[in-house]
Amino acid sequence: MPLLAVTDLRTHFHTRSGVYRAVDGVSFSVERGETLGLVGESGSGKSVTCYSLMGLVPQPPGRIESGTAMFDGVDLLHCRPAQARAIRGKRIAMIFQDPMTSLNPYLRISDQLIEPLLIHEPISTAAARARGLEMLAAVGINDARRRAQSYPHEFSGGMRQRVMIAMALITRPELLIADEPTTALDVTVQAQILELIRRLQKELNMAVIFITHDLAVVAGICDRVQVMYAGRIVESADVRTLFANPRHPYTRALQRSIPAIQPKGAELYTIPGLPPDVSKAIPGCPFAPRCEFATERCERTPTVLAEIAPGHAQACLRVQAGEI
Amino acid sequence: MAEPILQLRDVKTHFPIYRGFFRRRQVAAVRAVDGVTLSLGRGEVLGLVGESGCGKSTLARTILQLVPTTAGAVILNGRNLGEANARELLASRRDLQMVFQDPYASLNPRMNVYATLAEPLFVHRVCPPGAVAGRVGELMGRVGLAPRLMHKYPHEFSGGQRQRIAIARALALEPKVIVADEPVSALDVSIQAQILNLLAQLTRQMNLSLIFIAHDLSVVKHISDRVAVMYLGKIVELGGAADVIERPVHPYTRALVSAIPRPDPDAERTRQRIVLPGDPPSPINPPGGCPFHPRCPYAVERCAQVVPPLAAFQGREVACIRAAEI
Repeated sequence: MPLLAVTDLRTHFHTRSGVYRAVDGVSFSVERGETLGLVGESGSGKSVTCYSLMGLVPQPPGRIESGTAMFDGVDLLHCRPAQARAIRGKRIAMIFQDPMTSLNPYLRISDQLIEPLLIHEPISTAAARARGLEMLAAVGINDARRRAQSYPHEFSGGMRQRVMIAMALITRPELLIADEPTTALDVTVQAQILELIRRLQKELNMAVIFITHDLAVVAGICDRVQVMYAGRIVESADVRTLFANPRHPYTRALQRSIPAIQPKGAELYTIPGLPPDVSKAIPGCPFAPRCEFATERCERTPTVLAEIAPGHAQACLRVQAGEI
Repeated sequence: MAEPILQLRDVKTHFPIYRGFFRRRQVAAVRAVDGVTLSLGRGEVLGLVGESGCGKSTLARTILQLVPTTAGAVILNGRNLGEANARELLASRRDLQMVFQDPYASLNPRMNVYATLAEPLFVHRVCPPGAVAGRVGELMGRVGLAPRLMHKYPHEFSGGQRQRIAIARALALEPKVIVADEPVSALDVSIQAQILNLLAQLTRQMNLSLIFIAHDLSVVKHISDRVAVMYLGKIVELGGAADVIERPVHPYTRALVSAIPRPDPDAERTRQRIVLPGDPPSPINPPGGCPFHPRCPYAVERCAQVVPPLAAFQGREVACIRAAEI
């Protein structure tokens, strides 16, 4: 049984200018110890998917229209608040993109670091502080005893992200949701943080959902990858298959537009047009208006994510029909 | 290389730090740019890379004289911009323009596209008033925007389209040099590819020189002829783009290149990464000797004493006294 199984999640935002279908029918599962990548461009719904699981979608304007998220037998979307609170922050933890704004500037590092422990475990403050220092050392902060007394502004971006990771992992969660944890960091610091997440994941045998827009980061850290577009999953495969044999036209186009794998100076492939407006109903494939293979049928027929090989699913009608 | 269009000679930009209220005195300085010498050929694309805080954006602003130089000279077409008066500086802007990172912040939200693009034409009186609308339409066409969008405001455009407007604004005076400070960093991958293609095409068509600043090495390698790597206000390696990024010599460039994730799962799992310890030091009290020595895996005692000059090595320039040994 998977650790987390999400079925048909739909999160819409009801605003004065219409209903934004940020997440529109997403299903996936995560096994224990596995790293799942969620990739997509801005507005593709990858963050809102995870915010929905963590109960971080502001309601209103947001509304979870349908779906279940079974975490070890508990439906995170429909359980009692007390049940959800016992899981979030303890068995599922989250780290955010911007370590500058996700720490409380008024609290010393040690105080915010041990907060999850004090809330979730019957532990004395002194014992919690000791665990906090251990955790700071584990994420590579030298001189932890002294640094724990500092405030967030005294830390650099990379150090703050380390503190965020220490805070997320202090309760030894079974699932870590990392929302673009390295996007705001420099490449050398990014390399340190990715290394750290990989190491701690192994030590704790923890599952990770890794959200990013960077295909190169995905290649290094994920076991399985899901590509999102306009609130839907368009392709899902293990990482090697996705890079060696992408099938959905959007995944292929994305790969052709990154400079890293193209010959130097060659014209990059560009996807024409812009992502669709999710406040309008999209009857067919959301990528059809920008797709070089689209036919009239693509615009009208609803798409479904279907397996084309074991463990490799994608949502293009024409690929499923064997036409491309 | 033919006669360069832009030359920097030992350029330093320091920001003084003052203490005291009644007896204000300078106690230190942030050495943002600390002795940069560079030259840019006509039609050349020079990539400038480095991590945040290395001084690459300050260098861009120094070239445009948006911040005063502390020492050294910025020479455009034979004229030292540091010595130019306000009128001469304004005139030099016809040849030297800038594109900023954030297209959401660099366009005036109360000016429509027409007003944004016509302003430089009016300021520099480059065409008769009757011809301005035609010229604006032409500029929009050049960057791939439909001229019928002329009367729309920045908020009506997407990020990629806004960056196109910013590029059109920089092109309005047909400059010889454009300094682009992280022009694609704020954009999504598919949009980034569009802007990179546009910049490459424009430099070819207009024989434009471009200083392209970015922290993404694969983007820089793709578009640049030469690459300069900066660390703590100094250039540590300078050479042909493919050379520097595929066969880096300076220990910092090596670490930087090895830190870039590559979109290849098998290569990612096997390759050895050089993970640098710690963070870059503060440019307020930079370490003596080579600025990189406290984090350098190859540092010896002498590295802490000698400031390494940028010296020719294997067809490029490297600032490392041990370049030949490592």
